[in-house]
Amino acid sequence: MSEAVEHQDSKQSKWSMVGKDPYAMPIEDIDLAHPGIWQANEFLPFLQRLRQEDPVHYCKESAVGPYWSVMKYKDIMEVDTSPDIYSSEPTIGIVDSFEQFTLPSFISMDPPKHDEQRTVVQGVVAPANLKNLEGLIRQRVSKIMDELPLGEEFDWVKQVSIELTTQMLATLFDFPFEDRYKLTHWSDVATAIPGGGVIDNQEQRWQAMQECLAYFTRLWNERINKEPGNDLISMLAHGEATKNMPPMEYLGNIILLIVGGNDTTRNSITGGVIALNENPDEYDKLRHDHGLIRNMVSEIIRWQTPLAYMRRTARVDTVLRGKQIKAGDKVIMWYASGNRDEEVIDRPNDFWIDRPNARHHLSFGFGLHRCMGNRLAEMQLRIVWEEIMQRFHKVEVVGEPERIYSSFVKGYSSLPVVLHPLK
Amino acid sequence: MINILFIEHDGTKHHVEVKTGGSVMQAAVSNGVPGIDADCGGACSCATCHVYVSEEWRNKVGTMEPTEEAMLGLSTDRKDNSRLSCQISVTDELDGLVLTTPEFQF
Ligand code: HEM
Ligand code: FES
Repeated sequence: MSEAVEHQDSKQSKWSMVGKDPYAMPIEDIDLAHPGIWQANEFLPFLQRLRQEDPVHYCKESAVGPYWSVMKYKDIMEVDTSPDIYSSEPTIGIVDSFEQFTLPSFISMDPPKHDEQRTVVQGVVAPANLKNLEGLIRQRVSKIMDELPLGEEFDWVKQVSIELTTQMLATLFDFPFEDRYKLTHWSDVATAIPGGGVIDNQEQRWQAMQECLAYFTRLWNERINKEPGNDLISMLAHGEATKNMPPMEYLGNIILLIVGGNDTTRNSITGGVIALNENPDEYDKLRHDHGLIRNMVSEIIRWQTPLAYMRRTARVDTVLRGKQIKAGDKVIMWYASGNRDEEVIDRPNDFWIDRPNARHHLSFGFGLHRCMGNRLAEMQLRIVWEEIMQRFHKVEVVGEPERIYSSFVKGYSSLPVVLHPLK
Repeated sequence: MINILFIEHDGTKHHVEVKTGGSVMQAAVSNGVPGIDADCGGACSCATCHVYVSEEWRNKVGTMEPTEEAMLGLSTDRKDNSRLSCQISVTDELDGLVLTTPEFQF
Protein backbone atom coordinates (compact mmCIF):
# COMPACT_ATOMS: atom_id res chain seq x y z
CA MET A 1 0.00 0.00 0.00
CA SER A 2 3.05 2.20 0.30
CA GLU A 3 3.00 2.55 -3.43
CA ALA A 4 -0.51 3.83 -3.77
CA VAL A 5 0.75 7.02 -5.26
CA GLU A 6 -2.31 7.87 -7.20
CA HIS A 7 -2.74 11.03 -9.13
CA GLN A 8 -0.39 13.83 -9.88
CA ASP A 9 -3.07 16.20 -11.06
CA SER A 10 -5.17 18.59 -9.05
CA LYS A 11 -8.72 18.12 -7.77
CA GLN A 12 -10.19 20.32 -10.48
CA SER A 13 -8.55 18.37 -13.25
CA LYS A 14 -10.28 17.48 -16.50
CA TRP A 15 -10.37 13.87 -15.35
CA SER A 16 -12.76 14.44 -12.45
CA MET A 17 -16.24 12.87 -12.80
CA VAL A 18 -17.75 14.77 -9.88
CA GLY A 19 -21.28 16.00 -10.55
CA LYS A 20 -21.64 13.89 -13.72
CA ASP A 21 -24.39 11.36 -14.37
CA PRO A 22 -22.77 7.98 -15.05
CA TYR A 23 -25.72 6.95 -17.21
CA ALA A 24 -25.49 10.05 -19.40
CA MET A 25 -21.94 9.53 -20.64
CA PRO A 26 -20.46 7.06 -23.12
CA ILE A 27 -19.60 4.03 -21.01
CA GLU A 28 -16.02 3.94 -22.24
CA ASP A 29 -15.44 7.36 -20.69
CA ILE A 30 -16.06 6.15 -17.14
CA ASP A 31 -12.86 6.45 -15.10
CA LEU A 32 -13.06 5.10 -11.53
CA ALA A 33 -9.44 5.81 -10.75
CA HIS A 34 -9.82 9.54 -10.34
CA PRO A 35 -10.31 10.31 -6.62
CA GLY A 36 -13.00 12.96 -7.20
CA ILE A 37 -16.14 10.80 -7.06
CA TRP A 38 -14.76 8.87 -4.09
CA GLN A 39 -14.21 11.99 -2.04
CA ALA A 40 -17.61 13.38 -3.10
CA ASN A 41 -19.29 10.07 -2.20
CA GLU A 42 -20.73 9.79 -5.71
CA PHE A 43 -19.07 6.53 -6.73
CA LEU A 44 -21.89 4.00 -6.19
CA PRO A 45 -23.92 4.69 -9.36
CA PHE A 46 -20.72 4.54 -11.43
CA LEU A 47 -19.92 1.12 -9.97
CA GLN A 48 -23.45 -0.05 -10.56
CA ARG A 49 -23.55 0.93 -14.23
CA LEU A 50 -20.28 -0.83 -14.96
CA ARG A 51 -21.34 -3.92 -13.00
CA GLN A 52 -24.52 -4.15 -15.04
CA GLU A 53 -23.38 -3.09 -18.48
CA ASP A 54 -19.64 -3.66 -18.76
CA PRO A 55 -18.36 -5.71 -15.82
CA VAL A 56 -14.84 -6.05 -17.23
CA HIS A 57 -14.30 -2.49 -18.40
CA TYR A 58 -11.41 -0.94 -20.24
CA CYS A 59 -10.60 2.68 -19.53
CA LYS A 60 -8.20 3.61 -22.26
CA GLU A 61 -7.39 7.12 -21.16
CA SER A 62 -6.98 8.45 -17.65
CA ALA A 63 -4.56 10.48 -15.58
CA VAL A 64 -2.88 7.19 -14.70
CA GLY A 65 -2.98 5.64 -18.15
CA PRO A 66 -5.08 2.76 -19.42
CA TYR A 67 -6.40 0.07 -17.07
CA TRP A 68 -9.03 -2.65 -16.74
CA SER A 69 -11.76 -2.52 -14.07
CA VAL A 70 -13.11 -5.82 -12.72
CA MET A 71 -16.50 -5.20 -11.14
CA LYS A 72 -18.20 -8.52 -10.30
CA TYR A 73 -17.62 -10.53 -7.13
CA LYS A 74 -16.90 -13.76 -9.00
CA ASP A 75 -14.50 -12.20 -11.48
CA ILE A 76 -12.62 -10.46 -8.66
CA MET A 77 -12.33 -13.82 -6.94
CA GLU A 78 -10.93 -15.33 -10.12
CA VAL A 79 -8.29 -12.62 -10.55
CA ASP A 80 -7.38 -12.65 -6.86
CA THR A 81 -6.82 -16.41 -6.85
CA SER A 82 -4.82 -16.65 -10.08
CA PRO A 83 -1.37 -15.29 -9.19
CA ASP A 84 0.09 -17.21 -12.16
CA ILE A 85 -1.89 -15.00 -14.50
CA TYR A 86 -2.28 -11.82 -12.47
CA SER A 87 0.87 -10.65 -10.71
CA SER A 88 1.13 -8.42 -7.62
CA GLU A 89 4.38 -7.03 -9.01
CA PRO A 90 5.51 -4.34 -9.52
CA THR A 91 2.89 -2.71 -7.29
CA ILE A 92 -0.70 -3.00 -6.03
CA GLY A 93 -1.43 0.72 -6.47
CA ILE A 94 -2.75 1.94 -9.79
CA VAL A 95 0.28 4.12 -10.53
CA ASP A 96 3.58 2.58 -11.48
CA SER A 97 5.86 4.09 -8.90
CA PHE A 98 8.93 5.99 -9.94
CA GLU A 99 12.02 3.86 -9.71
CA GLN A 100 13.74 5.88 -6.99
CA PHE A 101 10.63 6.01 -4.79
CA THR A 102 9.84 2.32 -4.83
CA LEU A 103 9.52 0.57 -1.49
CA PRO A 104 9.54 -3.18 -1.86
CA SER A 105 7.33 -5.20 0.47
CA PHE A 106 5.69 -8.59 0.31
CA ILE A 107 2.28 -7.22 -0.63
CA SER A 108 3.81 -6.45 -4.02
CA MET A 109 5.77 -9.67 -4.41
CA ASP A 110 4.76 -12.95 -5.98
CA PRO A 111 5.55 -16.41 -4.63
CA PRO A 112 7.94 -17.73 -3.51
CA LYS A 113 9.46 -14.54 -2.04
CA HIS A 114 6.07 -13.30 -0.88
CA ASP A 115 5.39 -16.48 1.08
CA GLU A 116 8.83 -16.53 2.71
CA GLN A 117 8.55 -12.99 3.99
CA ARG A 118 4.93 -13.16 5.06
CA THR A 119 5.53 -16.33 7.04
CA VAL A 120 8.16 -14.57 9.13
CA VAL A 121 6.00 -11.71 10.33
CA GLN A 122 2.47 -13.09 10.39
CA GLY A 123 2.83 -14.78 13.77
CA VAL A 124 2.57 -11.42 15.47
CA VAL A 125 -0.99 -10.92 14.21
CA ALA A 126 -2.07 -14.56 14.43
CA PRO A 127 -4.99 -15.24 16.79
CA ALA A 128 -2.82 -17.02 19.37
CA ASN A 129 -0.78 -13.84 19.86
CA LEU A 130 -3.84 -11.60 19.66
CA LYS A 131 -5.39 -13.42 22.56
CA ASN A 132 -2.50 -12.15 24.70
CA LEU A 133 -2.98 -8.61 23.43
CA GLU A 134 -6.73 -8.42 23.95
CA GLY A 135 -6.56 -7.30 27.58
CA LEU A 136 -4.12 -4.49 26.88
CA ILE A 137 -6.09 -3.33 23.87
CA ARG A 138 -9.33 -3.29 25.87
CA GLN A 139 -7.65 -1.32 28.62
CA ARG A 140 -6.45 1.28 26.13
CA VAL A 141 -9.82 1.49 24.41
CA SER A 142 -11.58 1.94 27.77
CA LYS A 143 -9.26 4.75 28.75
CA ILE A 144 -9.89 6.62 25.52
CA MET A 145 -13.67 6.16 25.86
CA ASP A 146 -13.71 7.28 29.49
CA GLU A 147 -12.03 10.55 28.63
CA LEU A 148 -14.42 11.56 25.86
CA PRO A 149 -16.68 14.58 26.44
CA LEU A 150 -20.41 13.92 26.87
CA GLY A 151 -23.11 16.05 25.25
CA GLU A 152 -20.76 18.26 23.28
CA GLU A 153 -19.51 18.12 19.71
CA PHE A 154 -16.08 16.68 18.91
CA ASP A 155 -14.28 15.00 16.01
CA TRP A 156 -14.65 11.22 16.24
CA VAL A 157 -11.91 10.60 13.66
CA LYS A 158 -9.28 12.51 15.57
CA GLN A 159 -10.21 11.63 19.11
CA VAL A 160 -11.24 8.03 18.72
CA SER A 161 -10.43 6.38 15.39
CA ILE A 162 -6.93 7.79 14.94
CA GLU A 163 -6.00 7.69 18.60
CA LEU A 164 -7.02 4.09 18.95
CA THR A 165 -5.36 2.72 15.84
CA THR A 166 -2.19 4.64 16.61
CA GLN A 167 -2.00 3.15 20.09
CA MET A 168 -2.57 -0.29 18.63
CA LEU A 169 0.30 0.09 16.18
CA ALA A 170 2.60 1.35 18.90
CA THR A 171 1.73 -1.81 20.83
CA LEU A 172 2.49 -4.13 17.90
CA PHE A 173 5.87 -2.52 17.18
CA ASP A 174 6.63 -1.89 20.83
CA PHE A 175 7.20 1.66 19.58
CA PRO A 176 8.07 4.44 22.06
CA PHE A 177 4.60 5.46 23.22
CA GLU A 178 5.26 9.19 23.44
CA ASP A 179 6.35 9.24 19.78
CA ARG A 180 3.37 7.26 18.52
CA TYR A 181 1.92 10.10 16.41
CA LYS A 182 4.90 9.74 14.11
CA LEU A 183 3.38 6.43 13.01
CA THR A 184 0.18 8.11 11.92
CA HIS A 185 2.12 10.82 10.16
CA TRP A 186 4.24 8.36 8.18
CA SER A 187 1.19 6.34 7.23
CA ASP A 188 -0.59 9.45 5.98
CA VAL A 189 2.41 10.58 3.98
CA ALA A 190 2.98 7.15 2.47
CA THR A 191 -0.48 7.02 0.92
CA ALA A 192 -1.03 10.72 0.25
CA ILE A 193 -1.47 12.06 -3.24
CA PRO A 194 0.80 15.02 -3.98
CA GLY A 195 -1.40 18.10 -4.06
CA GLY A 196 -4.15 16.46 -2.01
CA GLY A 197 -3.30 18.37 1.19
CA VAL A 198 -0.80 16.19 3.06
CA ILE A 199 2.21 16.59 0.78
CA ASP A 200 3.00 18.81 -2.20
CA ASN A 201 5.43 16.59 -4.05
CA GLN A 202 7.29 13.28 -4.15
CA GLU A 203 10.41 14.77 -2.58
CA GLN A 204 8.46 15.53 0.59
CA ARG A 205 7.28 11.97 0.71
CA TRP A 206 10.79 10.74 0.28
CA GLN A 207 12.04 12.94 3.10
CA ALA A 208 9.44 11.61 5.53
CA MET A 209 10.25 8.03 4.52
CA GLN A 210 13.94 8.62 5.19
CA GLU A 211 13.05 9.90 8.63
CA CYS A 212 10.91 6.83 9.21
CA LEU A 213 13.72 4.54 8.07
CA ALA A 214 16.22 6.23 10.39
CA TYR A 215 13.87 5.83 13.36
CA PHE A 216 13.14 2.18 12.68
CA THR A 217 16.80 1.42 12.00
CA ARG A 218 17.53 2.65 15.50
CA LEU A 219 14.84 0.36 16.91
CA TRP A 220 16.17 -2.54 14.81
CA ASN A 221 19.68 -2.03 16.17
CA GLU A 222 18.35 -1.98 19.71
CA ARG A 223 16.35 -5.19 19.27
CA ILE A 224 18.92 -7.18 17.31
CA ASN A 225 21.16 -7.00 20.34
CA LYS A 226 18.45 -8.32 22.64
CA GLU A 227 16.72 -11.67 22.94
CA PRO A 228 14.01 -12.21 20.27
CA GLY A 229 10.75 -10.61 21.43
CA ASN A 230 7.12 -10.75 20.30
CA ASP A 231 7.03 -7.34 18.69
CA LEU A 232 7.21 -6.98 14.94
CA ILE A 233 10.59 -5.30 14.75
CA SER A 234 12.23 -7.93 16.85
CA MET A 235 10.63 -10.62 14.69
CA LEU A 236 11.98 -9.00 11.54
CA ALA A 237 15.43 -8.45 13.04
CA HIS A 238 15.75 -12.05 14.17
CA GLY A 239 13.77 -13.85 11.43
CA GLU A 240 15.78 -16.13 9.15
CA ALA A 241 14.19 -14.79 5.96
CA THR A 242 14.26 -11.13 6.99
CA LYS A 243 17.38 -10.49 9.03
CA ASN A 244 19.53 -9.65 6.03
CA MET A 245 16.91 -7.52 4.38
CA PRO A 246 18.20 -4.48 2.48
CA PRO A 247 17.17 -1.21 4.20
CA MET A 248 14.63 -0.25 1.57
CA GLU A 249 12.93 -3.61 1.89
CA TYR A 250 12.83 -3.25 5.67
CA LEU A 251 11.28 0.18 5.24
CA GLY A 252 8.81 -1.22 2.72
CA ASN A 253 7.64 -3.88 5.15
CA ILE A 254 7.40 -1.42 8.03
CA ILE A 255 5.34 0.98 5.96
CA LEU A 256 3.17 -1.93 4.80
CA LEU A 257 2.37 -2.84 8.38
CA ILE A 258 1.82 0.77 9.45
CA VAL A 259 -0.45 1.55 6.54
CA GLY A 260 -2.16 -1.83 6.59
CA GLY A 261 -2.97 -1.52 10.25
CA ASN A 262 -3.77 2.15 10.27
CA ASP A 263 -6.08 3.70 7.67
CA THR A 264 -8.14 0.57 7.20
CA THR A 265 -9.05 0.03 10.82
CA ARG A 266 -9.38 3.74 11.47
CA ASN A 267 -11.88 4.13 8.66
CA SER A 268 -13.84 1.07 9.73
CA ILE A 269 -14.20 2.53 13.23
CA THR A 270 -15.58 5.74 11.74
CA GLY A 271 -17.62 3.93 9.06
CA GLY A 272 -19.48 1.90 11.67
CA VAL A 273 -20.70 5.05 13.40
CA ILE A 274 -21.93 6.47 10.10
CA ALA A 275 -23.64 3.23 9.07
CA LEU A 276 -25.51 2.93 12.38
CA ASN A 277 -26.63 6.55 12.24
CA GLU A 278 -27.96 6.06 8.72
CA ASN A 279 -29.79 2.91 9.87
CA PRO A 280 -31.46 3.64 13.20
CA ASP A 281 -33.34 0.31 13.19
CA GLU A 282 -30.06 -1.54 13.07
CA TYR A 283 -28.75 0.61 15.92
CA ASP A 284 -31.83 -0.44 17.91
CA LYS A 285 -31.18 -4.09 17.17
CA LEU A 286 -27.67 -3.66 18.47
CA ARG A 287 -28.89 -1.97 21.68
CA HIS A 288 -31.11 -4.95 22.34
CA ASP A 289 -28.50 -7.57 21.61
CA HIS A 290 -24.81 -6.87 22.05
CA GLY A 291 -24.21 -10.44 20.94
CA LEU A 292 -24.61 -9.15 17.39
CA ILE A 293 -21.33 -7.24 17.58
CA ARG A 294 -19.18 -9.99 16.03
CA ASN A 295 -21.42 -10.29 13.02
CA MET A 296 -21.80 -6.53 12.76
CA VAL A 297 -18.04 -6.10 12.60
CA SER A 298 -17.91 -8.15 9.38
CA GLU A 299 -20.84 -6.20 8.00
CA ILE A 300 -19.13 -2.89 8.81
CA ILE A 301 -16.00 -4.04 7.01
CA ARG A 302 -18.03 -5.06 3.94
CA TRP A 303 -20.13 -1.90 3.96
CA GLN A 304 -17.12 0.38 4.36
CA THR A 305 -14.70 -1.56 2.13
CA PRO A 306 -11.72 0.39 3.52
CA LEU A 307 -9.56 -0.35 0.48
CA ALA A 308 -11.57 0.25 -2.69
CA TYR A 309 -9.33 -1.86 -4.90
CA MET A 310 -6.17 -3.85 -5.35
CA ARG A 311 -4.27 -3.88 -8.60
CA ARG A 312 -2.76 -6.79 -10.47
CA THR A 313 -0.72 -6.81 -13.65
CA ALA A 314 -1.35 -9.44 -16.32
CA ARG A 315 1.70 -11.66 -16.82
CA VAL A 316 0.38 -13.22 -20.01
CA ASP A 317 -2.35 -12.60 -22.56
CA THR A 318 -5.58 -13.84 -21.05
CA VAL A 319 -9.36 -13.66 -21.33
CA LEU A 320 -11.74 -12.56 -18.61
CA ARG A 321 -15.50 -12.59 -19.26
CA GLY A 322 -14.76 -12.57 -22.97
CA LYS A 323 -12.44 -9.55 -22.82
CA GLN A 324 -8.90 -9.87 -24.20
CA ILE A 325 -6.42 -8.75 -21.59
CA LYS A 326 -2.82 -8.32 -22.78
CA ALA A 327 0.35 -9.16 -20.91
CA GLY A 328 1.44 -6.04 -19.03
CA ASP A 329 -2.07 -4.56 -18.71
CA LYS A 330 -3.12 -3.14 -15.35
CA VAL A 331 -6.11 -4.96 -13.88
CA ILE A 332 -7.99 -3.30 -11.01
CA MET A 333 -10.19 -5.46 -8.76
CA TRP A 334 -12.81 -3.08 -7.40
CA TYR A 335 -13.66 -4.65 -4.05
CA ALA A 336 -15.95 -1.67 -3.45
CA SER A 337 -18.03 -2.92 -6.37
CA GLY A 338 -17.81 -6.67 -5.70
CA ASN A 339 -19.06 -6.04 -2.17
CA ARG A 340 -22.22 -4.51 -3.67
CA ASP A 341 -22.76 -7.24 -6.26
CA GLU A 342 -26.43 -8.27 -6.05
CA GLU A 343 -25.65 -11.57 -7.72
CA VAL A 344 -23.71 -12.78 -4.67
CA ILE A 345 -24.77 -10.50 -1.83
CA ASP A 346 -28.37 -10.23 -0.77
CA ARG A 347 -29.66 -6.61 -0.55
CA PRO A 348 -26.08 -5.40 -1.01
CA ASN A 349 -26.74 -1.73 -0.37
CA ASP A 350 -28.38 -2.39 2.98
CA PHE A 351 -26.38 -2.25 6.19
CA TRP A 352 -27.69 -5.27 7.99
CA ILE A 353 -25.95 -6.16 11.26
CA ASP A 354 -27.37 -9.68 11.50
CA ARG A 355 -26.77 -10.44 7.83
CA PRO A 356 -26.41 -14.20 7.32
CA ASN A 357 -22.99 -15.10 5.97
CA ALA A 358 -21.59 -11.64 6.74
CA ARG A 359 -18.00 -12.91 6.64
CA HIS A 360 -18.41 -13.64 2.95
CA HIS A 361 -17.11 -10.28 1.67
CA LEU A 362 -14.17 -9.11 -0.41
CA SER A 363 -12.75 -6.37 1.82
CA PHE A 364 -9.76 -8.46 2.90
CA GLY A 365 -9.13 -9.91 -0.55
CA PHE A 366 -8.73 -13.64 -1.10
CA GLY A 367 -5.88 -15.93 -2.03
CA LEU A 368 -2.23 -15.74 -1.03
CA HIS A 369 -2.35 -12.01 -0.33
CA ARG A 370 -5.49 -12.16 1.80
CA CYS A 371 -5.15 -9.55 4.52
CA MET A 372 -2.64 -10.66 7.09
CA GLY A 373 -4.15 -8.38 9.75
CA ASN A 374 -7.77 -9.42 9.29
CA ARG A 375 -8.14 -11.02 12.71
CA LEU A 376 -6.47 -8.07 14.40
CA ALA A 377 -8.78 -5.65 12.63
CA GLU A 378 -11.84 -7.66 13.62
CA MET A 379 -10.70 -7.89 17.21
CA GLN A 380 -10.10 -4.16 17.46
CA LEU A 381 -13.50 -3.35 16.04
CA ARG A 382 -15.21 -5.85 18.28
CA ILE A 383 -13.58 -4.38 21.39
CA VAL A 384 -14.38 -0.83 20.30
CA TRP A 385 -18.06 -1.64 19.86
CA GLU A 386 -18.27 -3.68 23.06
CA GLU A 387 -16.85 -0.71 24.97
CA ILE A 388 -19.03 1.84 23.17
CA MET A 389 -22.19 -0.13 23.99
CA GLN A 390 -21.17 -0.36 27.66
CA ARG A 391 -21.13 3.41 27.91
CA PHE A 392 -23.17 5.23 25.32
CA HIS A 393 -26.78 5.14 24.27
CA LYS A 394 -25.82 6.79 21.01
CA VAL A 395 -22.83 8.14 19.17
CA GLU A 396 -24.79 10.75 17.25
CA VAL A 397 -23.47 12.08 13.95
CA VAL A 398 -24.22 15.82 13.92
CA GLY A 399 -22.70 16.90 10.60
CA GLU A 400 -21.36 15.66 7.29
CA PRO A 401 -18.20 13.56 7.36
CA GLU A 402 -15.25 14.82 5.35
CA ARG A 403 -14.00 12.14 3.01
CA ILE A 404 -10.48 11.37 1.86
CA TYR A 405 -9.29 12.36 -1.61
CA SER A 406 -8.37 8.90 -2.83
CA SER A 407 -9.79 6.13 -4.98
CA PHE A 408 -7.77 3.60 -2.98
CA VAL A 409 -8.11 4.39 0.74
CA LYS A 410 -11.83 4.76 1.30
CA GLY A 411 -12.26 6.77 4.43
CA TYR A 412 -12.83 9.92 6.42
CA SER A 413 -10.75 12.81 7.67
CA SER A 414 -13.37 14.09 10.12
CA LEU A 415 -16.76 13.25 11.60
CA PRO A 416 -18.53 15.55 14.07
CA VAL A 417 -20.39 13.63 16.76
CA VAL A 418 -22.10 14.10 20.13
CA LEU A 419 -22.11 11.34 22.74
CA HIS A 420 -25.24 10.45 24.67
CA PRO A 421 -24.61 8.35 27.78
CA LEU A 422 -26.72 5.31 28.65
CA LYS A 423 -30.00 6.36 30.20
CA MET B 1 -25.71 -41.20 4.83
CA ILE B 2 -22.09 -40.55 5.77
CA ASN B 3 -20.99 -40.00 9.37
CA ILE B 4 -18.29 -37.46 10.17
CA LEU B 5 -16.94 -36.63 13.62
CA PHE B 6 -15.50 -33.17 14.27
CA ILE B 7 -13.55 -32.76 17.50
CA GLU B 8 -12.82 -29.25 18.73
CA HIS B 9 -9.38 -28.39 20.15
CA ASP B 10 -10.83 -28.69 23.67
CA GLY B 11 -12.27 -32.14 22.97
CA THR B 12 -15.91 -31.20 22.33
CA LYS B 13 -17.37 -33.64 19.82
CA HIS B 14 -19.81 -32.97 16.99
CA HIS B 15 -21.29 -35.88 15.03
CA VAL B 16 -22.80 -34.99 11.70
CA GLU B 17 -24.57 -37.07 9.11
CA VAL B 18 -24.52 -35.88 5.51
CA LYS B 19 -25.18 -37.04 1.96
CA THR B 20 -22.29 -37.60 -0.40
CA GLY B 21 -21.50 -34.95 -2.98
CA GLY B 22 -20.66 -31.85 -0.98
CA SER B 23 -17.44 -30.91 0.78
CA VAL B 24 -16.46 -31.63 4.35
CA MET B 25 -16.49 -27.86 4.95
CA GLN B 26 -20.15 -27.73 3.85
CA ALA B 27 -20.95 -30.68 6.09
CA ALA B 28 -19.58 -28.72 9.05
CA VAL B 29 -21.11 -25.35 8.22
CA SER B 30 -24.58 -26.66 7.37
CA ASN B 31 -24.65 -28.56 10.66
CA GLY B 32 -23.48 -25.66 12.78
CA VAL B 33 -20.12 -27.17 13.76
CA PRO B 34 -18.21 -24.31 15.40
CA GLY B 35 -14.63 -23.40 14.50
CA ILE B 36 -14.93 -23.43 10.73
CA ASP B 37 -15.42 -19.97 9.26
CA ALA B 38 -15.08 -20.74 5.55
CA ASP B 39 -14.91 -17.07 4.65
CA CYS B 40 -14.39 -17.70 0.92
CA GLY B 41 -17.26 -20.14 0.68
CA GLY B 42 -15.16 -23.07 -0.50
CA ALA B 43 -12.94 -21.44 -3.13
CA CYS B 44 -9.68 -22.59 -1.52
CA SER B 45 -8.64 -19.00 -1.02
CA CYS B 46 -9.03 -18.08 2.66
CA ALA B 47 -7.70 -21.06 4.68
CA THR B 48 -10.36 -20.53 7.38
CA CYS B 49 -11.73 -24.05 6.98
CA HIS B 50 -8.51 -25.63 8.27
CA VAL B 51 -8.82 -29.09 9.89
CA TYR B 52 -6.50 -31.84 11.09
CA VAL B 53 -7.19 -35.29 9.65
CA SER B 54 -6.84 -38.16 12.09
CA GLU B 55 -4.03 -40.57 11.30
CA GLU B 56 -6.08 -43.52 10.04
CA TRP B 57 -7.93 -41.34 7.52
CA ARG B 58 -5.01 -39.46 6.05
CA ASN B 59 -4.57 -41.58 2.95
CA LYS B 60 -8.29 -41.73 2.26
CA VAL B 61 -9.07 -38.03 1.99
CA GLY B 62 -7.25 -37.58 -1.32
CA THR B 63 -4.25 -35.48 -2.24
CA MET B 64 -3.77 -31.75 -2.23
CA GLU B 65 -3.75 -29.51 -5.28
CA PRO B 66 -0.94 -26.92 -5.40
CA THR B 67 -3.35 -24.11 -4.45
CA GLU B 68 -4.39 -25.81 -1.24
CA GLU B 69 -0.75 -26.53 -0.42
CA ALA B 70 0.10 -22.85 -0.98
CA MET B 71 -2.79 -21.54 1.16
CA LEU B 72 -1.95 -23.92 3.98
CA GLY B 73 1.68 -22.85 3.74
CA LEU B 74 0.61 -19.46 5.09
CA SER B 75 -1.10 -20.92 8.11
CA THR B 76 0.60 -20.37 11.46
CA ASP B 77 -0.46 -23.69 12.91
CA ARG B 78 -0.01 -26.00 10.00
CA LYS B 79 0.80 -29.63 10.76
CA ASP B 80 1.55 -32.67 8.61
CA ASN B 81 -2.10 -33.71 8.75
CA SER B 82 -3.52 -30.27 7.92
CA ARG B 83 -6.11 -29.94 5.18
CA LEU B 84 -8.57 -27.34 3.99
CA SER B 85 -11.91 -29.00 4.52
CA CYS B 86 -13.52 -27.34 1.50
CA GLN B 87 -11.13 -29.37 -0.65
CA ILE B 88 -12.20 -32.76 0.70
CA SER B 89 -15.32 -34.18 -0.95
CA VAL B 90 -17.68 -36.33 1.01
CA THR B 91 -17.62 -39.79 -0.57
CA ASP B 92 -18.81 -43.22 0.52
CA GLU B 93 -15.24 -44.12 1.51
CA LEU B 94 -15.25 -41.38 4.13
CA ASP B 95 -18.00 -42.85 6.31
CA GLY B 96 -16.67 -42.58 9.88
CA LEU B 97 -14.13 -39.79 9.11
CA VAL B 98 -12.62 -38.14 12.21
CA LEU B 99 -11.25 -34.58 12.10
CA THR B 100 -10.00 -32.08 14.66
CA THR B 101 -10.54 -28.34 14.31
CA PRO B 102 -7.75 -25.93 15.31
CA GLU B 103 -8.19 -23.49 18.20
CA PHE B 104 -8.08 -20.58 15.75
CA GLN B 105 -8.72 -20.12 12.08
CA PHE B 106 -6.29 -17.62 10.52
C1 HEM C 1 -10.59 -3.54 8.19
C2 HEM C 1 -9.29 -3.49 8.13
C3 HEM C 1 -8.45 -3.99 6.97
C4 HEM C 1 -8.77 -4.15 5.65
C5 HEM C 1 -10.10 -3.86 4.97
C6 HEM C 1 -7.60 -4.65 4.98
C7 HEM C 1 -7.54 -4.96 3.62
C8 HEM C 1 -6.51 -5.65 3.02
C9 HEM C 1 -6.53 -6.18 1.68
C10 HEM C 1 -7.66 -6.02 0.69
C11 HEM C 1 -5.37 -6.83 1.46
C12 HEM C 1 -5.02 -7.65 0.23
C13 HEM C 1 -3.90 -7.16 -0.59
C14 HEM C 1 -3.82 -7.82 -1.93
O1 HEM C 1 -4.58 -8.73 -2.25
O2 HEM C 1 -2.99 -7.39 -2.73
C15 HEM C 1 -4.59 -6.68 2.66
C16 HEM C 1 -3.33 -7.17 2.82
C17 HEM C 1 -2.56 -6.93 3.95
N1 HEM C 1 -2.98 -6.34 5.13
FE1 HEM C 1 -4.81 -5.67 5.54
N2 HEM C 1 -6.60 -4.78 5.89
C18 HEM C 1 -7.07 -4.40 7.13
C19 HEM C 1 -6.38 -4.41 8.32
C20 HEM C 1 -5.06 -4.74 8.46
C21 HEM C 1 -4.33 -4.67 9.69
C22 HEM C 1 -4.89 -4.27 11.04
C23 HEM C 1 -3.06 -5.03 9.40
C24 HEM C 1 -1.96 -5.05 10.42
C25 HEM C 1 -1.03 -5.86 10.54
C26 HEM C 1 -3.00 -5.36 7.97
C27 HEM C 1 -1.89 -5.80 7.28
C28 HEM C 1 -1.91 -6.30 5.99
C29 HEM C 1 -0.76 -6.89 5.34
C30 HEM C 1 0.61 -7.05 5.93
C31 HEM C 1 -1.17 -7.27 4.05
C32 HEM C 1 -0.34 -7.94 2.97
C33 HEM C 1 -0.64 -9.39 2.90
C34 HEM C 1 0.04 -10.10 1.76
O3 HEM C 1 0.38 -9.49 0.74
O4 HEM C 1 0.25 -11.31 1.89
N3 HEM C 1 -4.24 -5.18 7.45
N4 HEM C 1 -5.30 -5.98 3.60
S1 FES D 1 -13.54 -22.18 2.70
FE1 FES D 1 -11.98 -20.79 2.16
S2 FES D 1 -10.31 -22.12 1.88
FE2 FES D 1 -11.88 -23.48 2.41
